[in-house]
Amino acid sequence: MNVRTLDNRLLPAIVIAAIFVTLPIFFPSAYYFRIGALVFMSALAVVGLNLLMGFAGQVSLGHAGFLGIGAYSVAIGPVHFGLPSWLSLFGGAILSGTIAFLVGRPILRLKGHYLAVATLGFGILVAIVLTNEANWTGGPDGMSVPKLVLFSWQVRKSEVWYWIAGTTLIGGMVLALNLKESPTGRALQAIHDSEIAASVLGIDVTQKKLTIFVTSAVYASVAGSYLALFNGHVTPDSAGFLRSIELVTMVVLGGMGSIVGSLVGAAMLVVLPQVLTIFHEYEQALLGLILMVFMIFLRRGIVPSVAATFVGLRK
Amino acid sequence: MAELLQFVFSGLTVGAIYALVALGFTLIYKASDIINFAQGEFVMLGGMTAVFLTLGGISLPLAALVAVIATTIIGLALHRLAIEPAHGASPVTLIMITIGASLFLRGIAQIIFDRRFHSLPPLLAGDPIKIGGAAILPQSLVVLASAVVIVTLLWIFIDRTLLGKAVIATAANRLAARLIGVDTRRIVDFSFAMSAAIGASAGILITPIALTSYDVGTLLALKGFAAAMLGGIGSAPGAVAGGLLIGLFEALAAGYLSSSYKDAVAFLIILAVLIFIPQGLFGRAKIERV
Amino acid sequence: MKASHPFGVAAVVSLLGLFGTGHQASAQIKIGSVLSVTGPASFLGDPEKKTLEMYVEEINASGGVNGQKLQLMVYDDGGNADNARTFATRLIEEDKIVAMVGGSTTGSTLAMIPVFEDAKVPFISLAGAIQIIQPVRSWVFKTPHTDKMACEKIFADLKSRNLTTIALISGTDAFGKSMRDQCVAVAPSAGINIATEESYGPRDSDMTPQLTNIRNKAGVLAVVNPGFGQGPAIVTRNYRQLGITLPLYQSHGVASKQFIELAGPAAEGVRLPAAALLIADKLPPNDSQKPVVVNYSRTYQQKTGQPVSTFGGHAYDGLMILVQAMQRAKSADPAKVRDEIERTKGYVGTGGIVNMSATDHMGLDLSAFHMLEIKGGDWTLIPGT
Repeated sequence: MNVRTLDNRLLPAIVIAAIFVTLPIFFPSAYYFRIGALVFMSALAVVGLNLLMGFAGQVSLGHAGFLGIGAYSVAIGPVHFGLPSWLSLFGGAILSGTIAFLVGRPILRLKGHYLAVATLGFGILVAIVLTNEANWTGGPDGMSVPKLVLFSWQVRKSEVWYWIAGTTLIGGMVLALNLKESPTGRALQAIHDSEIAASVLGIDVTQKKLTIFVTSAVYASVAGSYLALFNGHVTPDSAGFLRSIELVTMVVLGGMGSIVGSLVGAAMLVVLPQVLTIFHEYEQALLGLILMVFMIFLRRGIVPSVAATFVGLRK
Repeated sequence: MAELLQFVFSGLTVGAIYALVALGFTLIYKASDIINFAQGEFVMLGGMTAVFLTLGGISLPLAALVAVIATTIIGLALHRLAIEPAHGASPVTLIMITIGASLFLRGIAQIIFDRRFHSLPPLLAGDPIKIGGAAILPQSLVVLASAVVIVTLLWIFIDRTLLGKAVIATAANRLAARLIGVDTRRIVDFSFAMSAAIGASAGILITPIALTSYDVGTLLALKGFAAAMLGGIGSAPGAVAGGLLIGLFEALAAGYLSSSYKDAVAFLIILAVLIFIPQGLFGRAKIERV
Repeated sequence: MKASHPFGVAAVVSLLGLFGTGHQASAQIKIGSVLSVTGPASFLGDPEKKTLEMYVEEINASGGVNGQKLQLMVYDDGGNADNARTFATRLIEEDKIVAMVGGSTTGSTLAMIPVFEDAKVPFISLAGAIQIIQPVRSWVFKTPHTDKMACEKIFADLKSRNLTTIALISGTDAFGKSMRDQCVAVAPSAGINIATEESYGPRDSDMTPQLTNIRNKAGVLAVVNPGFGQGPAIVTRNYRQLGITLPLYQSHGVASKQFIELAGPAAEGVRLPAAALLIADKLPPNDSQKPVVVNYSRTYQQKTGQPVSTFGGHAYDGLMILVQAMQRAKSADPAKVRDEIERTKGYVGTGGIVNMSATDHMGLDLSAFHMLEIKGGDWTLIPGT
């Protein structure tokens, strides 16, 4: 493996890192740092989902369930168990991964859209439990989340979260890009092309799909924990169906299988409602329209389509 | 004993709605292998359109007719404008298109109509009927009877008419159907239109009991889908059985266990069915295991 | 610009001067609002938005506050607490507001409170739960009655009718849950015994199983339904369907004509606590709230074509309390305004007569609620409540 392939593989992450570091120069106030942090946190969850959708060709229509588990872990851990926030974050990630394993194993044996349906049921069940178990979760109004304490120093400013979220995102992206080129990634590519052929080659299809599902759950859990710590408050909405669809739309918008696309999709869906505040009435209709239009005409998403145009132009 | 009977009545009333929604899912799935998540919006559109027409002064029967026709047109449009252009796409893509359509319809509905909840006058007004110590509304009987009528009509249609046979042919093997001259595009058109009409009728029938608003569609679609899965997606009697069963389970859970987890019943059933009996109660074991 | 082009320099300088003075003369008082105009709480946010916009316009038309015009910035959080938080940050950092009247739901309010506490900007919330003002936070106030008050009012009425053993059936939505918790907490000291409890989802279409269980419970003398939206209407209909004749109490959350419409004849005899706004025309002529509520009712109905809503009334009260505090402080400085809000005394609003203090950031007492009963398809005031 020479330097050039290393460069090419990590190029997207390097580009993103460059943008991430230079953007703050243009930020006039803490509000922009907040938006940036929110984009990065959402993008982290989207990168995970993209691994599942783009590489493994599966859909999770309940991914916000894992977001919710991560979010509530950093609320319940400190408040009910006295655990430090960072430990609760890890706990949440492990819990999400375990649940993903338990749910995924029986379902991933089936073909086609059954994981979509199972995750749909799962996501909503999580939201229902979070709403009902008020003694633990504060019920429908949610509960407040104690601030993250790192080395005896409270993390509360938007600027700090911008850096934390961005760094984690880049780390997550590097991990995902490496995964793509690893044996697991190549196996997934084979599965995507033809499951039967892949299994004939000796690839344990179910195990590979399961690995990706668990990984994507962990990504979502960490993202959810960050969001909860940043906002200082969690509600069962963070695990709701609409949130799951938002995540899927971000993947679709940015481009299934495109790591950079994850950031683009997340950025668009977080920034646009802020820019178009007058159009808030139409937000749901617009979300639906975007999903439809992209799935019908621009199935590859923004980033791959743009990349393809460039390649075409060069020729 | 009386309380069990009351729970059963409650379950059957709600179950009949799930059954009609599930029937809509099944119809489209039979003809095209698509799972249409916008099914719940058809129910919503039927109810809301009828409400707003009656508020505008039109008589109930005429309003109901117009509502059903309007929703049918929307169902057709959904197929022609959203599904057809994407033909050949993977099932996952198609599911996402229908989810997008459902969001879109819901978003538009809250602007065209409003965000409050509404009712309609019942077809059969009057005092609740007392049977064995339990009370059932006359309108509930209307809903149950309608479900039976619609299923029967559908069965007669599928079994006895040429168009019905064409639907079966398309469902069995699309390519073969086209080879023998069946216009499969029209068949799928028809299945969407029929589903929309059934959904709209269900909406109009249930509004006097359960009220309606712009966002009733989502939960109904999810529960109707659970019912279709339970019964075996692709089986019309299965859809009805699944719907009634889910309604019953919900009512019994609310009555005997915990009323706050009532909603969870349908989703637990989805997971349980997928894990243990993926083909559902009446479906064929068409699931490929890899 | 080179000094050798005096005309150019003069032109630019005079233009800049124009902009400068122009900016100073039109300095407006910026107030912000984050409301749930769309989404599951649009029932709350929509009338609130209309009310705020309507009255800011009116205030500006009659000269503004302290000689300056008000500029209202409204953002829609869609019922999502995280969005509310982001918009709150935006209002503080970007729009630089000096005060906020908003927060349609408890969830969004709780999410936004830290932003306003940190920025030291007064925040008048339009949400119901008691946690908003208890514990008292120096920058946070609220105008709606708490759910605790609603429970107390209902329990007082129950006690006066000797109906001391009751059943609760509550919605699992935020409003229903919060009020249910308050009722359970307050019951012992009010001398009420809650014999059994049931709940239903806000989207449920049939509550007969739960009501059947309640009917079968021995010793229950009345039923209280903390809830919001369509649930209570269906509960009421199911209640009559099952032939339950025990007195039924609803919450102040359903205080709207639409509830009577939807519950139909089943609503007959139902009692609930409500603010004077709902029975504006039926208030005795010497009631101090009458002029205010009648005026607001008429204006709202005229301008929007929709029946008046108590939630819009809360927004009206919030705005007026803020404006009057600014007038008393003779400035728009957040700290001074906050102090004056806290000193609000004898403000006659749609929700009641407000007397705030350093320990009470809501200022309403039980007299702000009247007990109503539905008779003949309309509200009637129960005398002496």
